[in-house]
Amino acid sequence: MADVMPVLEDRAAQLGIDLSQVDFDSIRLPPGEDFGIISDDEDLKEVDHLEFDQGFDNIIVVDNLPVVPSEKFDKLVGVIRKIYSQIGTIKEDELWMPVDASGKTLGYCFIEYNTPQEAELAKEKTHGYKLDRSHIFAVNMFDDIDKFMKVPDEWAPPETKPYTPGENLEQWLTDEKARDQFVIRAGSDTEVLWNDARHLKPEPVYKRSFWTESFVQWSPLGTYLATVHRQGAAVWGGASSFNRLMRFAHPQVKHIDFSPGERFLVTYSSHEPSNPRDTHRVVLNIFDVRTGKVMRDFKGSADEFSVGGAGGVTGVSWPVFRWGGGKDDKYFARIGKNVISVYETETFTLIDKKSLKVENVMDFNWSPTDPILALFVPELGGGNQPARVSLVQIPSKEELRQKNLFSVSDCKMYWQSNGDYLAVKVDRYTKTKKSTYTGFELFRIKERDIPIEVLELENKNDKILAFAWEPKGHRFAIIHGDSPRPDVSFYTMRSGTNTGRVVKLTTLKGKQANALYWSPAGRFIILAGLKVFNGQLEFYNVDELETMATAEHFMATDIEWDPTGRYVATAVTSVHEMENGFNIWSFNGKLLYRILKDHFFQFLWRPRPPSFLSPEKEEEIAKNLKKYSKKYEAEDQDVSMLLSEQDREKRRMLKDEWDRWVHEWKRLHEEEKMERQKLRDGEASDEEEEYEAKEVEVEELLDVTEEVVSFEYEQE
Amino acid sequence: MRPILMKGHERPLTFLKYNRDGDLLFSCAKDHTPTVWFADNGERLGTYRGHNGAVWSCDVSKDSTLLVTGSADQTAKLWNVQTGTQLYTFNFDSPARSVDFSVGDKLAVITTDPFMELTSAIHVKRISRDPSNQIGESALILKGPQGRINRAVWGPLNRTIISAGEDAVIRIWDSETGKLLKESEKETGHKKPITSLVKSSDGSHFLTGSLDKSAKLWDTRTLTLIKTYVTERPVNAVTMSPLLDHVVLGGGQDASAVTTTDHRAGKFEAKFFDKILQEEIGGVKGHFGPINALAFNPDGKSFSSGGEDGYVRLHHFDPDYFNIKI
Repeated sequence: MADVMPVLEDRAAQLGIDLSQVDFDSIRLPPGEDFGIISDDEDLKEVDHLEFDQGFDNIIVVDNLPVVPSEKFDKLVGVIRKIYSQIGTIKEDELWMPVDASGKTLGYCFIEYNTPQEAELAKEKTHGYKLDRSHIFAVNMFDDIDKFMKVPDEWAPPETKPYTPGENLEQWLTDEKARDQFVIRAGSDTEVLWNDARHLKPEPVYKRSFWTESFVQWSPLGTYLATVHRQGAAVWGGASSFNRLMRFAHPQVKHIDFSPGERFLVTYSSHEPSNPRDTHRVVLNIFDVRTGKVMRDFKGSADEFSVGGAGGVTGVSWPVFRWGGGKDDKYFARIGKNVISVYETETFTLIDKKSLKVENVMDFNWSPTDPILALFVPELGGGNQPARVSLVQIPSKEELRQKNLFSVSDCKMYWQSNGDYLAVKVDRYTKTKKSTYTGFELFRIKERDIPIEVLELENKNDKILAFAWEPKGHRFAIIHGDSPRPDVSFYTMRSGTNTGRVVKLTTLKGKQANALYWSPAGRFIILAGLKVFNGQLEFYNVDELETMATAEHFMATDIEWDPTGRYVATAVTSVHEMENGFNIWSFNGKLLYRILKDHFFQFLWRPRPPSFLSPEKEEEIAKNLKKYSKKYEAEDQDVSMLLSEQDREKRRMLKDEWDRWVHEWKRLHEEEKMERQKLRDGEASDEEEEYEAKEVEVEELLDVTEEVVSFEYEQE
Repeated sequence: MRPILMKGHERPLTFLKYNRDGDLLFSCAKDHTPTVWFADNGERLGTYRGHNGAVWSCDVSKDSTLLVTGSADQTAKLWNVQTGTQLYTFNFDSPARSVDFSVGDKLAVITTDPFMELTSAIHVKRISRDPSNQIGESALILKGPQGRINRAVWGPLNRTIISAGEDAVIRIWDSETGKLLKESEKETGHKKPITSLVKSSDGSHFLTGSLDKSAKLWDTRTLTLIKTYVTERPVNAVTMSPLLDHVVLGGGQDASAVTTTDHRAGKFEAKFFDKILQEEIGGVKGHFGPINALAFNPDGKSFSSGGEDGYVRLHHFDPDYFNIKI
């Protein structure tokens, strides 16, 4: 701007325009017109080079066709047209079969479809199609031919790239103040911040506009931040700032999912069918996160992928693949019709090359730590064959335990985070079959023979509104009863002397809660009343069985504990129009700070990898907490001293500044006093005159009556 | 603190003004009759009948004899405060929005809205002591700002006029020549229309409230930004305590969206901020709709708020208000 001003001024002078009269901001350029002035907006230069389609991506080449003389030409074309017009609409006159000088075909042809998707589909469906024994179609995309031509005939050994040391991707864990990071998305900005609870404010780490096109997601161990774009997904990370580490091309990707050990990334997209009668096409890719290589892809119609879940027309239940076997990322599985397909990541093939056959399987869940599957099969044959829940060991596919259940309407399985326990919530029909009631089957996985215990609520008719295991613990919480004021109960799988029985700890009556949020460290839980309860929060200590605090974050939609269990974030996301933003609380329900952001979409704590401390060591620390905490308490004290000192200092400074300003003003004000008086016709002005009490007598004549009084001099 | 509810208006309130002595409170509303109340007990003293449209603002002379009102009926009227009689009518070609008497009450600044083909304008009128000598001619007309000018007030010694409105820019004009002296900068200024503007009791600084969910404090002479107060809803009305370093912001979500949410979501509280530290110190709930008008009693011991709900709420502070420490 600065360098164009002199030019502009010259020109204006020539034309006799007074530039100071021109409001530059009111000038509106026609859209798309820049009058030859290149924008100095840095962002525009940075845009990645876009790959434009070449215009041939809707053409396929079909090879290995029979070679026929000219008299049979029309017949062959007819056959091929018949095959390929089933898949999509072939453009008019765009099936071209070249012939040699004698009119004989050359054994291949070109077909142009209306859309690249149809061409892709045609390639997929007919590659390897057997016309007869000696003619097996080889179908390629026209664009690919070019690529194949470029492959050199001689094999050259791949160049070994020199090793470039990467950044320390776990730098954030070495923060001196042991803070946690979180990412927020508001408006077009995505921002990573430190939760600096001691200073009662977040500290910015990295901010970027238009970082993602739909959402962001941390990898399960917190190493990467994944962003989602039209062209695919990308992961970011690094020591000090966020650099792009890898890109995963997958057009129109909709969902992403990391494996628990973050070695693999699953991406998913669903595409409009070319034929309205068909279902959507689904594409899944599994990438290696570090190399960016596609390890395996799955393609098919949405039908194939939506068994068991509430899929619908446009998509499938996500995640399609569920990862099992703990942090080793060894196995993943998906549910199909009457099968569960378990894959292993060594070869990315089915274990034993066979899926696990289970008639009518409805649902399955991996143990979070061990390669054990829990699966549920509903009642069959009108109750002749009972419903069952069974535990299957992988890769042996051996059934560890099975439980038959009668008159079941539905089952839900909940694993405890260490894989120690499995709770199965069973909804059963009452005798009349008109209503259902709920009970629990509790499996103790780590004990011999996996004993099962049945738990029924005291009031059998209570509806279960929520269930949650204590992370790493042996307790669980249930919200049950009727909606406006349900009860919350806590149970333990291991009470003092009696280790083999589930025991109720307490029931809290009439709570405004519909969701349970355990601290990741256990012991503390938030009973939250979201949605209809307007964001009621109760911070509860389960060890002491007492409420630590009750609070409200009005209209809160999301609650998330930080990975250490020290802080909690509650957020109002843009599903509500007003009051978007988030609050940070301490674990015991003290509001630390609140940040308001319009169009607030996401709040995610950066996960931490599991601690390297052994359970024994952890226990030792917990026992001698006093000793360890001393250091931190001293630090906290220092910080808070410093903080209050700084705060006082800041306040004093602000006050001083203000006072100085007021003083200066007073001086000027004093100088102008006479003039003000003049403006007021000499009347003493401002405050100094104040109230000179003037007594004003107001006489109002209310009424005048004249009366003639007759005097009678009676006594005279 | 138990507020006194003053129900006299049938339509949303638009403006509140205390007289200098702090014993009278003048209220304007979208119904056509400005009303005067006793400021201590909220008793209605009388109304000023004659306008034929919403009354947007008013001002009262220092000696509490003369009232000026600006109305959507395209007039501004002078009234006898005591008797309620109309003294004079200024006719415009578009609705009159804001009115303000100068120091000495010899001049008044009146803004008019953009209407039909007309742009908005700021008019300066001479006010004569004797109503019979009153003339309608403007001493000065200022034009330029885009959109409505929501408020225009006199600067120190009547030498300047400060205006603010829909274009989010605060302007200081020379009241003699009509020259534009200063404009608020884009970076520091408001991002959305400015709804209200109030001067401090000594005129040294003024506070503007805006739909960008903030209020800003400015130096009257230099137009430098001194403070910013950020809140979570659009600000419709602002006022400052003459006694303590407190500012009050009132507002709420758009009236059109009110019915779609819980009244608590609308945030119809009057929010108190520390003027110097810019920190929120409290709130006064009560209105069942956005707050459109706020005014502090010149003695600093009470304030009143007027809402979209048609009520004026008069709050006398509890003694502990004067001991707030943060």
